[in-house]
Amino acid sequence: MRAFSYEKATDPAAAAARAAEVPGAKFIAGGTNLLDLMKLEIEAPAHLIDVQGLGFDEITATDEGGLRIGTLVTNTALAADARVRRDYPVLTRAIVAGASGQLRNKATTGGNLLQRTRCPYFYDTAMPCNKRAPGTGCGALTTGAFSRQLGIIGTSDACIATHPSDMAVALRALDAVVETVTPSGMTRRIALEEFHRLPGETPDQETALMPGELITHVTLPAPVGGRQSYHKVRDRASYAFALVSVALIRQADGSGRVALGGVAPKPWRSAAADAQLPNGARAVIAALLEGARPTEENAFKITLAERTLAAMLKEA
Amino acid sequence: MQFNAPAGTTLFDDAKVVGRAHTRIDGPLKVTGTAPYAYERHDVVAGQLYGYPLGATIAHGRITAMETEAARTAPGVRAIISTLDVEPLGLGMMNVARLFGGAEVMHYHQAIALVVADSFEEARAASALIRVTYEADAPADYDLHAAFARLEGSGEPDTAYGDVDEAFRTAAAVTDQMYHTPGQSHQMMEPFASIVDWSDGGGLTGWISNQMINWTRGSLATTLGIDKERIRIESPYVGGGFGGKLWLRADTVLAALGSRAAKAPVKVALPRPMMMNNATHRSATVQRIRLAANADGTLKAIWHENVSYGLPGGRGENGTAQTPFFYGSETMRVKTHMAEMPLPESADMRAPGEGAGLMALEIAMDEMAEALSMDPVAFRVANDTQVTPGNPDLPFSDRHFVECLTRGAEAFGWDATRPAPGSRRDGDWLIGQGVAGAFRGALTLPSGARAAIEDGKLVIETDMTDIGTGSYTILAQTAAEVMGLTVDDVIVRLGNSAYPVSSGSGGQFGAVSSSTGVYAACMALRARIAEELQLDAPVFAKGRVRGGTTDRALLELTTEAVEAIEWGDFMEGFQKATFGAHFVEVGVNAYTGETRVRRMLAVCDAGRILNPTTARSQVIGGMVMGVGAALSEEMALDAARGMFANHDLAGYEVAVHADIPEQEVIFLDTLDPVASPLKAKGVGELGLCGVAAAVANAMYNATGIRLRDYPLTLDKMLDYLPAV
Repeated sequence: MRAFSYEKATDPAAAAARAAEVPGAKFIAGGTNLLDLMKLEIEAPAHLIDVQGLGFDEITATDEGGLRIGTLVTNTALAADARVRRDYPVLTRAIVAGASGQLRNKATTGGNLLQRTRCPYFYDTAMPCNKRAPGTGCGALTTGAFSRQLGIIGTSDACIATHPSDMAVALRALDAVVETVTPSGMTRRIALEEFHRLPGETPDQETALMPGELITHVTLPAPVGGRQSYHKVRDRASYAFALVSVALIRQADGSGRVALGGVAPKPWRSAAADAQLPNGARAVIAALLEGARPTEENAFKITLAERTLAAMLKEA
Repeated sequence: MQFNAPAGTTLFDDAKVVGRAHTRIDGPLKVTGTAPYAYERHDVVAGQLYGYPLGATIAHGRITAMETEAARTAPGVRAIISTLDVEPLGLGMMNVARLFGGAEVMHYHQAIALVVADSFEEARAASALIRVTYEADAPADYDLHAAFARLEGSGEPDTAYGDVDEAFRTAAAVTDQMYHTPGQSHQMMEPFASIVDWSDGGGLTGWISNQMINWTRGSLATTLGIDKERIRIESPYVGGGFGGKLWLRADTVLAALGSRAAKAPVKVALPRPMMMNNATHRSATVQRIRLAANADGTLKAIWHENVSYGLPGGRGENGTAQTPFFYGSETMRVKTHMAEMPLPESADMRAPGEGAGLMALEIAMDEMAEALSMDPVAFRVANDTQVTPGNPDLPFSDRHFVECLTRGAEAFGWDATRPAPGSRRDGDWLIGQGVAGAFRGALTLPSGARAAIEDGKLVIETDMTDIGTGSYTILAQTAAEVMGLTVDDVIVRLGNSAYPVSSGSGGQFGAVSSSTGVYAACMALRARIAEELQLDAPVFAKGRVRGGTTDRALLELTTEAVEAIEWGDFMEGFQKATFGAHFVEVGVNAYTGETRVRRMLAVCDAGRILNPTTARSQVIGGMVMGVGAALSEEMALDAARGMFANHDLAGYEVAVHADIPEQEVIFLDTLDPVASPLKAKGVGELGLCGVAAAVANAMYNATGIRLRDYPLTLDKMLDYLPAV
């Protein structure tokens, strides 16, 4: 871990301005991912701005009938919220499928969205990784490398990492919107669909946030009802990242929404695939994963996604 | 004390303490966080500095330059040890990868430097400032299947009798399959950790986490080129070892070199991401097993060939270890090979040999049972043997494998009619049951102890270790039994080179060997007391020593004795081993292929069980490890780089609580008079042996999909599960 300076933020806009102005500055909230990465020098911020004192720890009703979730609401609090459990059960199910109770007690809503990939080549600083060290190549795409856990769609020749969040997959299915404050003090709304970027040639640039921009809230639209489920498939029963996860919202008429985790650099959903729901799992996954470019080791994720969705549709 | 003939009637046959369930006497220290583990021995020596290791980032080649100046001038740094500044160190016992010194790199994350600083954080930060330049050798071939193809049939068989080829020509049923087990990492909870004080370059004291005090003391002497007598080692508590801490490792060597350079005590723990590639592991194996059987279900031939990898001079993993002993067969051919590969050192992990071998052999037995349309329990029963298969003159000392199978089948509710694979369902879950046999040798090693009555307590001192196994408790029980005391009267001190040399902990020889050593010491103490009190055959019972007109409270005496057990040659006239049967029920999700173990039963034949509570913990721990081996544990080889890529506990998936269902253990009430005076054998590795194959066989019974390539992950089943 490199030495760093530290300050506690007292005002969101000022914090954003400071983050934009101080070279190498980063926000820290729960720190469940950032501290690990700093110890390994995968992240080496020169300055930390601790946003935990900014409030943003409440879930309030919106005029539109939805919920506005403060960025510092913990994963535990969000999953346990009675309104979330009643109106957005896919979100609760996704959150409790991730990490451990101890981590969820500390991890925050905004931090969850900003967590980094768990690709083993990202985690070993001796390995090439365009996300960690732009221009060094992709360690996972070398012949003979280990890519079983990695992405199959939305990836590029520069990076095949996945986004590891479960929560974000449910938020994507719920059409959540990220609210921010910019360094100039403006507020901005970014649809979750637009929030995470695909890697292209610049896998180190992971989100639509501008330098210094601070997440303040995540907003859920009014409840959409339907049967909501989340199925996370992994090699052990708990405490592992998804091979494939599926968030499903299904209405009585057979329409609905599907989002996938564990397959792409962001929660993966498309309107065209949603439209195929009445036609069954195969049609949905064919549309959703059209153009997938898996490695030999992770091609099974396509079949797994289809079979997982099929099991869920049978129940829904 | 010599053990020169099978035990007759002994005081243990009327035991009041040994064989009874007793919670760990060191339990309160552990649950209150006050058991002193190596890295936390803050009080043993003042002025401790922190060392942080740096690992090589190529698989094999040479270091051409190391730039350490930035690290040297970083805050808090006291010393930097570069491998380029140290002559290649000697190799300790069984080590084939050099732990430190010289420019040559033999494997990824080989230790190449140590930074010593005032704080852990300063040492770690400075280590990241070191720049290393390498000359890497050309990429090696890591294809173990290709190695098998290359080596198959070469060399003289390790075991061979009868005309195997003829047996296959005339058999009623034949099976012939390839099996693969992956590299497995110990990943014990407590990392490799040492504090070493070698400040003045003279005497060396090490507070380390290690299973074998005396071996490691000798290895450290060889490695550092100093007199063994000048080395003192303490390892009273070990947070798991599984064979990874049998040998001297880099943490101890680095701490020693760091201490000498910084002229202060230095502590070093291997960071978790370095543990998999720096330390040893169980080699992957590729195995071909051919079985031939008669129509009556008896085996006509076993032909087992295995290949694993290792560094030059290494041992790899002998997957055939159990095969010459486990099942009777008219003919046999067994051969193990090792392919040299520049990978981290492969060595002992819990049940080395049988651990990987039974994962394959017990699937093969299931396949042959099916080929014969026999119940796999009945098939194994039909092939039991009471003598060494290739040598009828060498009988087993005490073998109740059949009873393990039949007792287990009854207790488990085994369905001998064997419903067709894939025919039982519970909602979306395909349900199946599997069985596997367990076999593990019953080695014993010489073991000594000091027994003394001091200040109103019986004190037992031996350099035996407790690696989470319960050594403290069973040794207290043994001593109490022999001296007619209670466990509360006994103080056990372990893991110190100042104490008599013991067997140490490994190869499931620890409990039987060290308890016998304590028995020997206590018998010597009894003799000493008889002599001192001038008594002829006194009785030691209920805290008193009685004889003639004498009747004394034992703990009011002050006396001591030192003795060791030596194992007699008569044991070579017997085959000694432990046996078991594992029964497993699994559910496999018909859609996703997720496997969940539903219940597990182990039946163990391991002689006298010294303490059912700690023995059960050993066995269920082995069963947990077996579930990991079956379903998720795999060192993911990056064949482009010659290293294991998933080198942390997020990537290397051991079983978690949610993976483990109800576990039941039955100990057969057996006694092996050849094994030891206590008629006991080890059990700590038996609990792992065969578990993974029982899971594999249950998955086959559930799905009709036969997997032979561990771990048995869902991706290997998806294309064969029922259509959706």
